[in-house]
Amino acid sequence: MHGVHDMGGMDGFGPVRPEPESQEPVFHEPWEGRVYGMNRILGRLGLWNIDMGRYGVERLSPTEYLGYSYYERWFTRMCGQLVEFGVISADELASGRAASPAPDALRERAIRAGDVPGLSLANPDYNRPAASPPAFRTGDVVRAVVRRPRGHTREPRYVQGRTGVVHEHYGSQSYADLAAEGVDEGHHLYCVRFEARELWGESADPTSAVYVDLFEDYLEAAP
Amino acid sequence: MLCSPRAGRILLGKETVLSDHGHQEHTEPPAEIELRVKALESLLSEKGLIDSEAVDALVDTFERKVGPMNGKRVVARAWSDPEFRRRLLESPTQAMASMGVESSHGEHIRVVENTPEVHNVVVCTLCSCYPWPVLGLPPVWYKSAPYRSQAVADPRGVLRQFGTELPEDVEVRVWDSTSEMRFIVLPERPAGTEGWSEEELAAIVTRNAMIGVERALAPAPAGVGA
Repeated sequence: MHGVHDMGGMDGFGPVRPEPESQEPVFHEPWEGRVYGMNRILGRLGLWNIDMGRYGVERLSPTEYLGYSYYERWFTRMCGQLVEFGVISADELASGRAASPAPDALRERAIRAGDVPGLSLANPDYNRPAASPPAFRTGDVVRAVVRRPRGHTREPRYVQGRTGVVHEHYGSQSYADLAAEGVDEGHHLYCVRFEARELWGESADPTSAVYVDLFEDYLEAAP
Repeated sequence: MLCSPRAGRILLGKETVLSDHGHQEHTEPPAEIELRVKALESLLSEKGLIDSEAVDALVDTFERKVGPMNGKRVVARAWSDPEFRRRLLESPTQAMASMGVESSHGEHIRVVENTPEVHNVVVCTLCSCYPWPVLGLPPVWYKSAPYRSQAVADPRGVLRQFGTELPEDVEVRVWDSTSEMRFIVLPERPAGTEGWSEEELAAIVTRNAMIGVERALAPAPAGVGA
């Protein structure tokens, strides 16, 4: 979906205001840490994947998306998904009281304090075999297709219709657009280099380029 | 496709919008976010899904054990050991693992090297993708709209906001983390650090330098980084 989360190249947000690195806390408020920790534990229940999580945030209304802080977005998405996946009922969410315990199968998967020291923090393996050989190779000139996906996608708007060169074929990985719908399918994934002037016009910096990771469905051979 | 969960007084105080219609109806002002988070944690504890001590332990892990220190060690080693640097650029997952830095089970990480001709900078325009296992949780500015919107369109302008001025003939490469691949920048080793130990070198590698918005710190006169 062409949502407000797809921010590359937008104007009007003002300057970046970095906090000094040495003074920036990991969590600015205790509740942010609670949201982060709960999210990790709930993620391990295996009910949703990373793209379902992203899609949950993308479906916030633009006003909420821009008005909420980062962890407020996470929290709102978490509440929504817990109800969507039937982990809690809307009534439980409303009252804050459990009508019944979660099913044993879910409770058994929940991370307990004793599990935390042995927890792997490395990112999961997203490699999946693809049904067909790759359509492109390093050095191929490709164009990002113009389309209007109605669901989740990882093709940013700013590359659509633009021509670039394949920098690397990463192999095949779980295809984000389908993963958000619960379908785990390997599609070829490429890193594509776009010159700044191709993306932003003649006034752009001639010595700058943007590298974007794109699934094969987002690409076509350049005309 | 999706039903909007009707949120209640305690947790949300209004209807949550997770729909394709953008429908939004405010019924009453939401409770303070702290209270709502507390209420959800208590509800999920009652359901048997959240162990509050596990949340404590995860918070502690990310506040004290996971962070840029991992990346700093990796960069310092790459500056000191040309063979390691070569392996880091070719097989980053394995090279990092050889130092006990576990980044990804699927080799989803790339190290991009700054040189006198090329400067790299990393962004995630669509959300907040970031090499967490190597650099810890991303700073607030990295997740903010100003950075995400401008880094791809005006990288030099964004770098200037961090006090980083690049010569015009230096090529700027922006890496937009749109897939599960994560990027970490190998900064240039500053002049005047010859003969430094890995520990001394690690001290001048900043997190921001590994995102690419700054350079590694210039050496302090005493010979140890600030």
